[in-house]
Amino acid sequence: MDASLYARRKRRNVLAGAASYGATFVGLSWLALILGVLFWQGFGGVSLRVFTEMTPPPGAVGGLLNAIVGSLIMTGLALLIGAPIGVLAGTYMAEYGRHGHLTKIVRFINDILLSAPSIVVGLFIYEVMVRPMGHFSGVAGAVVLGVLVIPVMVRTTEDMLTLVPDTLREAAASIGLPRSLMIRQIAYRAAKAGIITGLLLAVARISGETAPLLFTALNNQFFSTDLNAPMSSLPAVIFQFALSPYKDWQDLAWTGALIITLAVLAMSIMARALTATRKPS
Amino acid sequence: MNVATATATPVVKSHSANGSAVKDKIAIRNLNFYYGETKALKGVSLPLYANKATAFIGPSGCGKSTLLRVLNRMYDLYPGQRAEGQVLFDGKNILEPGLDLNLLRARIGMVFQKPTPFPMTIYENIAFGIRLYEKLPKSVIDDRVEQALTRGALWNEVKDKLNANGLSLSGGQQQRLCIARTVAVRPEVILFDEPCSALDPISTAKIEELIDELKEDYTIVIVTHNMQQAARVSDKTAFMYLGELIEFDDTSKIFTSPTDRRTQDYITGRFG
Repeated sequence: MDASLYARRKRRNVLAGAASYGATFVGLSWLALILGVLFWQGFGGVSLRVFTEMTPPPGAVGGLLNAIVGSLIMTGLALLIGAPIGVLAGTYMAEYGRHGHLTKIVRFINDILLSAPSIVVGLFIYEVMVRPMGHFSGVAGAVVLGVLVIPVMVRTTEDMLTLVPDTLREAAASIGLPRSLMIRQIAYRAAKAGIITGLLLAVARISGETAPLLFTALNNQFFSTDLNAPMSSLPAVIFQFALSPYKDWQDLAWTGALIITLAVLAMSIMARALTATRKPS
Repeated sequence: MNVATATATPVVKSHSANGSAVKDKIAIRNLNFYYGETKALKGVSLPLYANKATAFIGPSGCGKSTLLRVLNRMYDLYPGQRAEGQVLFDGKNILEPGLDLNLLRARIGMVFQKPTPFPMTIYENIAFGIRLYEKLPKSVIDDRVEQALTRGALWNEVKDKLNANGLSLSGGQQQRLCIARTVAVRPEVILFDEPCSALDPISTAKIEELIDELKEDYTIVIVTHNMQQAARVSDKTAFMYLGELIEFDDTSKIFTSPTDRRTQDYITGRFG
């Protein structure tokens, strides 16, 4: 045994370990800083009023109700549009066309869509919806967010279904279960936690999107649930208020930012908890 | 195991005689199988007798699992795999295109190497397959679930926790759950693909005992790596080597006085 070889290996191990810890610390400290600043600047503004009153004109008091409701409506609609398409496409890719050529093409295009800048998607919807309609609208905002949901759902659905072992598919087939039933009753059940996790991650992804909404839903300082009219959203309000010269608007933007961040954080933690309980299979 | 006493009906001595056709639950005739370009089975011909257990033995890669997976057309799930020849199940060729695979698989059940309970409760694991082909009132299904679990020698262990997840059982229990699930569909043939290779000796003994009981009602085919197991549970044994059927005879004959040199070498542990 060469003692110097072993000593060198140990030294290198210490160095690599220190570098890993250092990088982790730097990465986490940014997250802590962001959260810290958000709490510091935004927490003072959190009150019941935020959830019950409309965005105010400068100098007046108000809340974020219209923005929160707008965000909820558009996010919900986006899921209704994007999740079924994504889940069905992912199911085709994992179950029916696993070895097919079409699947490879769809996967490639989906990967591009997944990493496409959201502002490009926003411009696209602006061209195909907002311009022909002649005005900004909540429905255009929902569609653009829906388009952003699709690739996330396609990817997670395909990945999660691919993780379902083939032995389970064979077992289902062995009692004479048709494939469609196998997918609905066995494969979806086995992949449920993973697909729900994907859904939560998709919500997390779109709930912070700003640029595509500025092209589509724009903003609305009044309470509106009319999908055919411009609709307010938290990111758009944060964008507008944070850039404004008014102190009370800026404070409200901080509060809005804190609310979004906490919501996304809560969803990520839920997603994490779901994946953790998925282990037994 | 004594073949002659295993059943009250006359034992079929030969599979070449005309009279034996009645007893063949399944007759495999000149079967070739391909994984893409690779030929995995070469002209296999073999009868599988009703209410008997037939064991397929042979070294890894000899084609015994492949042969088993032809019998319920499991290979159809995968592209590039195809079979040529005839597999007559009650006289009807199951390799014919257009055959309804779901109905075939309801009649020819399969138990796998690894236990594969469905991700649902113990009760649902069994009831699921029953409801697939029969519309029955809840009370009848309850009875059928109990029957199946009893048949799978699992009822006493799970009767108080039917609503627990099937995955919460031990490996041996899961395998018996899978046997019960297969039995619940009321197949005529049950295929076992190395059913004990992932289990401990006690669970293995239980499952072998179970297979022995199941013979009364079903035609059993079992692939095994374990020669003692083949000797213990089967009435007939087929020895396969490199995709060919080398020898097929009564299990007692195969294990005491095989005619082929390669069979003898394999069962005495000279290769494999």
